[in-house]
Amino acid sequence: MGYFYQINFYIFGLLAIASALAFVTRKSPVAAALWLVNTMFCLSALYIMMDAQFIGAIQVLVYAGAIMVVFLFVVMLLNLGHPSDIADMRGTWGKLIAAGIGVVLLAQILVIQRQRLPRIVPDVEAPRNVITGIAQPLFNEYLLAFEVTSVLLLAAIVGAVLLAKRRG
Amino acid sequence: MEIRAYLPLLLLMGFVIMNAVMMLGLSHLTMRSRPTAVKQSAYESGIPPLGDARERFSVKFYLVAMLFIIFDIETVFMIPWASHYRQLSCAVPLSNGLCPAGNTSFFGLGEMLVFMLILFVGLAYVWKKGALQWD
Amino acid sequence: MTELALLALQVTDPLRLPNLVPFMIFTVIKMITVFTVTLVGVALLTLAERKISAWIQDRHGPNRVGPGGLLQPAADGLKNIMKEETYPDAAYKPIFILAPMLAFIPALLTFAVIPFASPISTRWGRIDMVVADLPIGFLYILALTSLGVYGIVLAGWSSNNKYSLLGGLRSSAQMVSYEISMGLSTVAVLLVAGNVSLNEIIFQQATTVWNFFGLTIAFFIFLVAAFAETNRLPFDLPEAESELIAGYHTEYSAMKFSMFFIAEYSNMVTASALIATLFFGGWDIPFTLWDNQAPWTIWKTLATATAFSVKVLFFLFFYMWVRWTLPRFRYDQLMSLGWKFMLPVALVYVIVIAALLLWLDWLGIRPGAMWGAILGGVNVMLAAILFVMLDHGKLISPASSRAQADRLARLRAMGVRPALTPDSVH
Repeated sequence: MGYFYQINFYIFGLLAIASALAFVTRKSPVAAALWLVNTMFCLSALYIMMDAQFIGAIQVLVYAGAIMVVFLFVVMLLNLGHPSDIADMRGTWGKLIAAGIGVVLLAQILVIQRQRLPRIVPDVEAPRNVITGIAQPLFNEYLLAFEVTSVLLLAAIVGAVLLAKRRG
Repeated sequence: MEIRAYLPLLLLMGFVIMNAVMMLGLSHLTMRSRPTAVKQSAYESGIPPLGDARERFSVKFYLVAMLFIIFDIETVFMIPWASHYRQLSCAVPLSNGLCPAGNTSFFGLGEMLVFMLILFVGLAYVWKKGALQWD
Repeated sequence: MTELALLALQVTDPLRLPNLVPFMIFTVIKMITVFTVTLVGVALLTLAERKISAWIQDRHGPNRVGPGGLLQPAADGLKNIMKEETYPDAAYKPIFILAPMLAFIPALLTFAVIPFASPISTRWGRIDMVVADLPIGFLYILALTSLGVYGIVLAGWSSNNKYSLLGGLRSSAQMVSYEISMGLSTVAVLLVAGNVSLNEIIFQQATTVWNFFGLTIAFFIFLVAAFAETNRLPFDLPEAESELIAGYHTEYSAMKFSMFFIAEYSNMVTASALIATLFFGGWDIPFTLWDNQAPWTIWKTLATATAFSVKVLFFLFFYMWVRWTLPRFRYDQLMSLGWKFMLPVALVYVIVIAALLLWLDWLGIRPGAMWGAILGGVNVMLAAILFVMLDHGKLISPASSRAQADRLARLRAMGVRPALTPDSVH
């Protein structure tokens, strides 16, 4: 099982990175959006391998929808449907800044790697209901965060309506 | 570790993708291609196509997609709540999947009521603004 | 005896490699069986659809190829493989080819988590009659449904045909709108079952009442949403032939077209199976607990598989029955049904059921016959209220309600009688 697990980890990890690279380098926004879906899909596989099954499913469920919106936005509002239509908006400065941020992020990951993370010991007796692990803390200890999320969603609703109404 | 349950899924995914590619490939190999200019043009009920299909469309579609995400996330929050509801509405740990008599609590329902009430305000706002009106 | 118990234990212990072998062998058998049954089923469904349509319209239907037209699907399939593929000049080719696959793959993956019969005990351990027994089975289905929309939207967009694009856009808004109601209606199921594993949901229904009786409103919402998700009449606006030629697959031919067709029909199968599982006890045989407990024998498996097929086939028939009964929705009606009716109703219903469960718990009524009867009673009441609301035509408005009052008055003054207003009927 151990080898199999590792092989899968590397397959999905590499696929995720490759898709993410394709996402930023494709000129066609629709193709780019599709690569992003693939990235999310691979990430969800990685979550599931970490036994975070709920998050794995949610990753696909929410991001698939979210990317759909990006897609519609591109097709309908910006009218950038054709690959040839999109001008290369990324100048030299943009590239440099992006590279800088990338290096900083990479350095951060390397630093974190060196520290000893607290080892998560999985429960020997895994609960029959996989949701319990996430529901128990979410609806008790992090209750406030949960309730505040609804306010955040409300703000998003108002934002979406205002944006659409002003343009339309 | 329930990870092993996902092995069949991985296998099936490979199998289905292989089949999809095979079906298209087989069809591609057996067909005879005789392209003509008319055949290659967009079919618009027999009239020569006018202009490009890549026009701008109503912003409503975008708005619906946006609202979808928001309410989808709400559903996502309700799923763990619903599957954990029996425990949340019980003041003491469940015994045998049931709440011992006299220990029911309003906690589980109350927290979701607050959450939903705020989102109902959002729905009412969208409704009032006419964003759900299509005509 | 101990040896057998030991063998069973080895299978349930996931950490040791050799035990994987029987597990994977059974998985492959189940996988190929389910895949074949789905594809053959889809082929037969296309025939059934035509035959049932013919029966409803008092025609004969296909009856030339093979006995009673039975080989018609084979002939159609062969034809579609041999047909010429057309690629429109203006199409964005990579996505144009990818789109049918994106419709096909999730459609055939969804069935994997639906249990179709009771498990069998073998000497290698208990074999569940489901391709992948995921603990989050239900969420997996929701996730894959949200992926299903991509195939259609991308097909519409990449064809670069106005009708295709319109079809794709319509379906994106429609599927997305009804997905919420679908998700919310199933929250009620989760409230009652207390788990997201489909096996647990079936077991809970077998030991109490079917959710159809306990959660009738959720069932109706789910049913309507399932019709909308599969783009079937009365929700077939993405491919409304009188407006959009063929909608998103206008430019598709040969096998690529076939794949959309297979996807649509296998989505129908999955939706029917899901309705059966969530609301009609899945493979459970009603009025007996014989099928829900050990010892698991092959007879039980066959009997439960039959029960499951009967339920699924009924809903497949129901799909076709509805097709020839109800006319297509207008787009604004479709959207207001989804957002202004089903969404609020589903939200309120979740709270009502949660409160009811709390109240029953407080009264000390445990899940069982009495518990089910009370749930059922409340649902009948709620259904009555909802039907009165719908019947008043407040939300799903008739065409005449869209004309302004002054315009109607002007038309009347001119002596033009607007066709069939509600007043003119009465």
